[in-house]
Amino acid sequence: MAAFAEQAVAEPPPAQTVGYWAGVWRRLRRDPVAIGAGIVILLLILMAVFAPYVAPADPLRASTLRRLRPIGSPGFPLGSDELGRDMLSRLIFGARLSLFMGITPVILAFFIGSGIGILAGYVGGRTNTLIMRTIDVFYAFPSVLLAVALSGALGAGLGNALVSLTVVFVPQIARVAEAVTTQVRGRDYVEAARASGAGGLTIVWVHVLGNVLGPIFVYATSLISVSMILASGLSFLGLGTRPPDPEWGLMLNTLRTAIYVQPWLAALPGVMIFITSIAFNLLADGLRSAMDVKQ
Amino acid sequence: MLAYLARRVVYTVPILLGVSLVCFALVHIAPGDPLVSVLPPDASLELQRALRTLYGFDRSYPEQFVRWLWRALQGDLGTSIASGRPVTQEVLKAVGYTLRLALLATAIGFFFGALFGFVAGYFRDSAVDKLASAISVLGVSVPHYWLGMVLVIIFSAILGWLPPTGAGDEGGPWQFFRHMILPAVTMSVIPMGIVARTVRALVADILQQDFVIGLRAKGLTDYGVFRHVVKNAAPTALAVMGLQLGYLLGGSILIETVFSWPGTGFLLNAAIFQRDLPLLQGTILVLALFFVILNLLVDVVQTALDPRIQRA
Repeated sequence: MAAFAEQAVAEPPPAQTVGYWAGVWRRLRRDPVAIGAGIVILLLILMAVFAPYVAPADPLRASTLRRLRPIGSPGFPLGSDELGRDMLSRLIFGARLSLFMGITPVILAFFIGSGIGILAGYVGGRTNTLIMRTIDVFYAFPSVLLAVALSGALGAGLGNALVSLTVVFVPQIARVAEAVTTQVRGRDYVEAARASGAGGLTIVWVHVLGNVLGPIFVYATSLISVSMILASGLSFLGLGTRPPDPEWGLMLNTLRTAIYVQPWLAALPGVMIFITSIAFNLLADGLRSAMDVKQ
Repeated sequence: MLAYLARRVVYTVPILLGVSLVCFALVHIAPGDPLVSVLPPDASLELQRALRTLYGFDRSYPEQFVRWLWRALQGDLGTSIASGRPVTQEVLKAVGYTLRLALLATAIGFFFGALFGFVAGYFRDSAVDKLASAISVLGVSVPHYWLGMVLVIIFSAILGWLPPTGAGDEGGPWQFFRHMILPAVTMSVIPMGIVARTVRALVADILQQDFVIGLRAKGLTDYGVFRHVVKNAAPTALAVMGLQLGYLLGGSILIETVFSWPGTGFLLNAAIFQRDLPLLQGTILVLALFFVILNLLVDVVQTALDPRIQRA
């Protein structure tokens, strides 16, 4: 936080002195769209955490007699799937794996990518060139292709899908981290700290980190929506979670055969992915404008 | 500018080398013996050893990489394990299908994206602008494989207007086109949102610049101003479109799976589930090459189109 205080001195003092994050929160609070999106995400997370209490039935209990019941059948508010399992319960439980698979790679990539990017940006020179050229290579693959190629080669499975998605996002985050760090490194306050005898680690820890993590964080949040779509997409292809675990992408895949029998039922898991993805996109947009002090 | 172009081309070489290294590594990060899908379960040790030598797996990694790269440069990407046909032949056939789909999708996406974006940027903060922004958020948030399913549900399962899957090339060009409509429309949603967002920002920015005020002050008609705005926004918008085409080419696997479209995505899907590693490797390599070269072309064309870009 010391870094923010220093920055505040350099700029004309605002009418009422507030911390940087307090300002972000104040601006975010005035953005009804971002708040709405945040509430939707909070509800989804609560739904995932408390799934056993919220869901009316066991998401794994199959019944050959009750297959593909339409939406609104007695006992099956959202119908039943191709194995007679309760759709509503599966959608609720599906939030667990889907959110986990969508968010985890971005969190992992945030730490790894920031580390690589800040190192490259702070050290500069040859190390920077070496790191950034390596990252360019991974950048040369479209995200979907790289994710499918890696998890296809590694083989189906939850762990492999998470690794592949993390590898997809690390270069993207590292690029942003490098750009921001290079920018911050040249600022006067870093120069001043160096002149007053601060060591490299102290400068990175106190002055660089405090100023670069914000923008990297905003960028990372904007990736969650993409990550959700990609993660469920891998499951949709059969490369992520395995049956019978409820996961929205996988459910969409297994219900594909049912589109002529129960068309709207088959589309339901996608609605959940869509809602989640929109909410994360809108929240990321709101966060970006709230953190952009220039606006 | 020539110096810039030369440097840009030279800079692409290490990228291409890196990309081929990643593709080469794909086979070796795969768990288990890369020969497992070729070998019969009861293969003798001698046969295993003979095949290992035949495929070159007994050599060191650098040696294998150089040999693989050398063959790839001559257009030999190995033999598909599942079909026994050369990988190059399989991939090129599939690329044709994917390319046609991606081109149509890019055209649709660019047309509507540019239209929405332009109107939104021109009438900023109006209802149209809000609508266009909403559409572009929906466009980038939608899981496109699900959208494909929904379109199949509406136009094939319920209305019965369009065929749900396949390419229908036996039925002549009209049938082919009918089969292409749903996957292309599904695919077009991705670039549509991104193009709309870019064009909106561009137009809003251009309209605020001094020269537009100058044009209006000298009494130019709205149509005249419009032409200037288009001219200024075009290079960036076209660049975005070019990049999007590359993303669609590489990212079509999910949509092709939904529609059983016989392109590279479908091939990739088959390669993954039959553990056909040479085919997987070859398809990825070709798609990534397309993407790198397209990026290069976009840069070159943009530099040529836009004299303002000073690239030292």
